[in-house]
Amino acid sequence: MNTISSSRFGKLGQYGIFLAFILICIVLALSTPKFFTVSNLLIIGNQVSINALLAFGVTFVIITGGIDLSLGSMVAVTGVVAATFAHPDTFPLLVPLFAGLAAGSAIGAFNGLVITKSKVPPFIVTLGTMTIGRGLALILSKGRPISNLSDAFNFIGGGNVFGIPFPIIILIIAFVICSVILNKTVLGRYMYAVGGNEPAARASGIRVSNVKMWVYTICGLLSALGGILLTSRITTGQPNAGAGFELDAIAAAIIGGTSTSGGTGTMTGTLIGALLIGVISNSLDLLNVTSYYQQVVMGVIIIGAVVLDGLGRKD
Amino acid sequence: MSDFILKVKGLSKSFSGVKALDNVSFELKRGEVHALMGENGAGKSTFMKSLIGLVTPDTGEILLEGKSLTGNDVNETLKKGISMIHQEILIVPELTVAQNIFLGREKEASGKSGLLAGWLNDSVINTKAEQLLTGMGVNIAPKAKMKYLSVAQMQMVEIAKAISNNARVIIMDEPTSAISDKEVAVLFRIIRDLKAKGVGIIYISHKMDEIFEISDTITVLRDGKYIGTKSAFDLDRSSLISMMVGREIDQMFPEPSQGNGEELLSVENLGSNGKFSNISFKVRAGEILGLAGLMGAGRTEIARTIFGLDSFDEGQIQIKNDAVRIRTPREAIRKGIGYVSEDRKGLGFIPRMSVKDNMTLSSIGNHRKGAFIDQRSEQSATERMIADLRIKTSGTHQKVTYLSGGNQQKVVIGKVLLASPEIIILDEPTRGVDVGAKFEIYKLIRNLADQGIAIIMISSELPEILGMSDRILVLSKGKQTAMLSRAEATQELIMKYAVA
Repeated sequence: MNTISSSRFGKLGQYGIFLAFILICIVLALSTPKFFTVSNLLIIGNQVSINALLAFGVTFVIITGGIDLSLGSMVAVTGVVAATFAHPDTFPLLVPLFAGLAAGSAIGAFNGLVITKSKVPPFIVTLGTMTIGRGLALILSKGRPISNLSDAFNFIGGGNVFGIPFPIIILIIAFVICSVILNKTVLGRYMYAVGGNEPAARASGIRVSNVKMWVYTICGLLSALGGILLTSRITTGQPNAGAGFELDAIAAAIIGGTSTSGGTGTMTGTLIGALLIGVISNSLDLLNVTSYYQQVVMGVIIIGAVVLDGLGRKD
Repeated sequence: MSDFILKVKGLSKSFSGVKALDNVSFELKRGEVHALMGENGAGKSTFMKSLIGLVTPDTGEILLEGKSLTGNDVNETLKKGISMIHQEILIVPELTVAQNIFLGREKEASGKSGLLAGWLNDSVINTKAEQLLTGMGVNIAPKAKMKYLSVAQMQMVEIAKAISNNARVIIMDEPTSAISDKEVAVLFRIIRDLKAKGVGIIYISHKMDEIFEISDTITVLRDGKYIGTKSAFDLDRSSLISMMVGREIDQMFPEPSQGNGEELLSVENLGSNGKFSNISFKVRAGEILGLAGLMGAGRTEIARTIFGLDSFDEGQIQIKNDAVRIRTPREAIRKGIGYVSEDRKGLGFIPRMSVKDNMTLSSIGNHRKGAFIDQRSEQSATERMIADLRIKTSGTHQKVTYLSGGNQQKVVIGKVLLASPEIIILDEPTRGVDVGAKFEIYKLIRNLADQGIAIIMISSELPEILGMSDRILVLSKGKQTAMLSRAEATQELIMKYAVA
């Protein structure tokens, strides 16, 4: 009896966020006429895209039982690196893209290496990388914004394809790839195993360190994608960009049902978490609520989501 | 005043239908050291937990100096004078000795009342702790942080705490399991002092020498039942052992076969610093080798070492006459070794993952197309295993955490089998498994052996070891003390070598 009822509750918790999201959208559509218009929805999608990319990355990390606080700094470093190579009539577009993504992957791999070799908790290691990354961004840019970027580069974050903002297209592609990695590949299975019970995963023959290396590297890569999008959107490499982004990304993952104790979480949940954050801040904007109140609302939602999730799990 | 300080009458306790204690009675005199003996699972720990109020008995009565203790919780029994020195010592490492002794009683210890009582006064408790410890004749600084103390010293602090609680009954659970001979001597001197002061002591240990040295009276439990109480002077080793094990082996074990296949695993002079040394044995295809011994004899450590979970510093492991170097479980699995851990929850399965995902964890390589998982092949392998092992589950997607202990164990065995091992190490394969499922697991193990797998089975249950093994290796304190054939092995003989 007990197990049946608790697993049902678990389902409710899992779908709860989705239902809440739909409900909020309906209420907003009815109360604010502007909300449910194509242009507003595209604005939301565009605004959400960067946070969602980072949230996908950190979802992988949290599923393995880790955490990554260096996302925001990686956004800054990779943005600065990409901008450095993105001035008009210098390099082809692929060069700044590749440089940015490589920088993000390298920092992520560095996180993974230190975490697996030193046994220092991920919280501490990535807290360190967060500061190192910010410093690197300031060093590389000499503390100044890097502007005058090529049109091709600026298209990534600011362009439209058939009326759809390009960031939304990137977001959809990234979502599909991340979902496939998590659900269909051996690596994804191993992520759940490592986060669900690391000693048992090791005793089952899984190379736990390899899994963690992959996860932090992928997280770095997705942060870099976020960094490039941001740089392109604001047409400037900003060494101070991205501060606090890691917390929004972690919030999206948690609202979406990823447990910070590891072993559970889905990309769909994270996407909904990110959309929920986007929709709420958008609607509060439409309702002329100041950003001060928005922060309070967001905090309440984060705690509420975890409480809901906790109700679903008694085991 | 009566001679008896503690009387227990007709205590019974069941856990989900299994009787852990069945009508147990027990009497403790003032100034007596009363040993409680029994095999693992005999009901000793449930009995002790009932005494200190950690477990509420279903029926029966506990009287401390004539007053009923039944229904009291841990705090109340402690206040009324029953203290327990746990095997795993419960202390706060970052606090000082004195702070630990008076933990939870700071207000009383300060001797003040009202608002002032909430004000911590370390100098008062330091003085009191100093008096207590010197009174016991031990030299421990009250201001020292607990974490810098040896295990023996921590034990002394626990005893000091019991004394300061005015304990009239002190329960000691395997107090000498982690301390040196010299420290045992100090402990015994303190126990004798406590006796002289009229404190009654319930003493639990597997070490026969100690039992006969320190105890006045011995009570034996077996399968949750009270077997008897004798004066320590009237008992000798062998009569005590037969009181502890005396039972017939049920007809639950499958017929042994005459497995005489190829030698698959050979271990020579294996040693790991401080845990075990000079371990040598061979296992053939089709054979079940039992590893017997008491808790802490080094059986699990040997299993973990062969499986690559722990490293070793002496000796050699050979598989099919090839010396191998196994550093991780991954390498062990690749060389054909499977391990079913005694720590099912910790090392066996991943609770929030499904039956299928757990089952294929060690063999996902057989179900992949490049980086992707071939879900169909994975599904059919899992379904086959569920049928073969008769796992009761609502489906392949059921989470393992919702299965019963026996079915969880079968999932773990299934995971090991799907990796096609030639050698399987089973560590307490039926722990926490109910009787019906036990029988099925026994049949399964024998079947595997008949299919030509070499099996090493660790068990603390002597009937299980005797019923299943073709040969039995007995260990005591990290050394091998006997290799017995199925024909010569008896419970008494195994016990004799296990305590040697």
